[in-house]
Amino acid sequence: MDRVLAYLMERMKDGLLPWTVQNSAASTFGLSHAQIEALALQHHLPPARYQRNRTMISLAEQSLLFQSHVAVVGCGGLGGYVIEELARLGVGRISAIDPDIFEEHNLNRQLLATPDTLGKPKVAAALARVNQINPAVTLSPIQEAFCSSNGRELFAGATVVVDALDSIATRLDLVKICTEMKIPLVYGAIGGWFGQVATQLPGDTTVQDIYRNWVAGKGIEKELGNPSFTPAVVASLQVAEVCKLILGKGELLRKRKLCIDLLDMEIHEITF
Amino acid sequence: MKITVKLFASFRDNRFKIAEQERSEGTDCRKIMLDLGLTEEEMGIVLINSRHVSLDQVLQDGDTLAMFPLVGGG
Repeated sequence: MDRVLAYLMERMKDGLLPWTVQNSAASTFGLSHAQIEALALQHHLPPARYQRNRTMISLAEQSLLFQSHVAVVGCGGLGGYVIEELARLGVGRISAIDPDIFEEHNLNRQLLATPDTLGKPKVAAALARVNQINPAVTLSPIQEAFCSSNGRELFAGATVVVDALDSIATRLDLVKICTEMKIPLVYGAIGGWFGQVATQLPGDTTVQDIYRNWVAGKGIEKELGNPSFTPAVVASLQVAEVCKLILGKGELLRKRKLCIDLLDMEIHEITF
Repeated sequence: MKITVKLFASFRDNRFKIAEQERSEGTDCRKIMLDLGLTEEEMGIVLINSRHVSLDQVLQDGDTLAMFPLVGGG
């Protein structure tokens, strides 16, 4: 590793480690991009790709993000944007969980849905996309439906779980598992012009309280559908919460829920 | 008694954002919901004066009732 480190240090440019050097180091020494990035961050060599994170995310924090593991449950409207933003942020490990393949009705809003990915597993598209935008990130594609019986296995070692599901019943199972495993959960839900976001720490019951009047079935999304922009807004708020959870900074959306109305451009906060 | 009803998100469609209503004593949230043509299946959160309540909660003079629809998509 000393030789690799020397290779990287010799090729720093203006105090930054260029991607081309990370890339050539990986092929020269037969290491993965993740191994090169881990080495760089350990030895305080800032990868140039994160230079615009630098004042809001320090190099030590960038390293913390790289060591984190985020499980994204659902790779549709919310999940596609969540995965994109986590990978660009530099979260080191992402588990992408979704049993489905892309269908044409996904094209209006799901970031990973393209004519080329129709008929292909959503998690395979997530892997291809992350390898394209940030090869130092390790994405595990898991083409399974989350349920109570596989949750413990899916989330072992996860720092944070992101709820990008489209079913209220499954979401309530997800919250239960996260509570049992003591993993923070970032909740998001969308329908038409409207969305909501909250962060639930182990022991909190915010999501259960949000659905306290729920009887069965889906919400307003069943009638309204979902456009291109609502998932992007809600997913971005979720990723901001994930970032804060990992770095332990800022004020979390804990015991409160944001209700976002993009039609009347209003945001309401509900406390629990 | 006089109460204020606030509706949010898609509940506003063909209804209102905020309205004052004259109601008889003992009216509960479910009665208001049904009079608005809303159903229990589409109900998300119900608040009276910013406190979470069930649909059985009876309103008092001067209360502000807020209703949010169920949102569950991803």
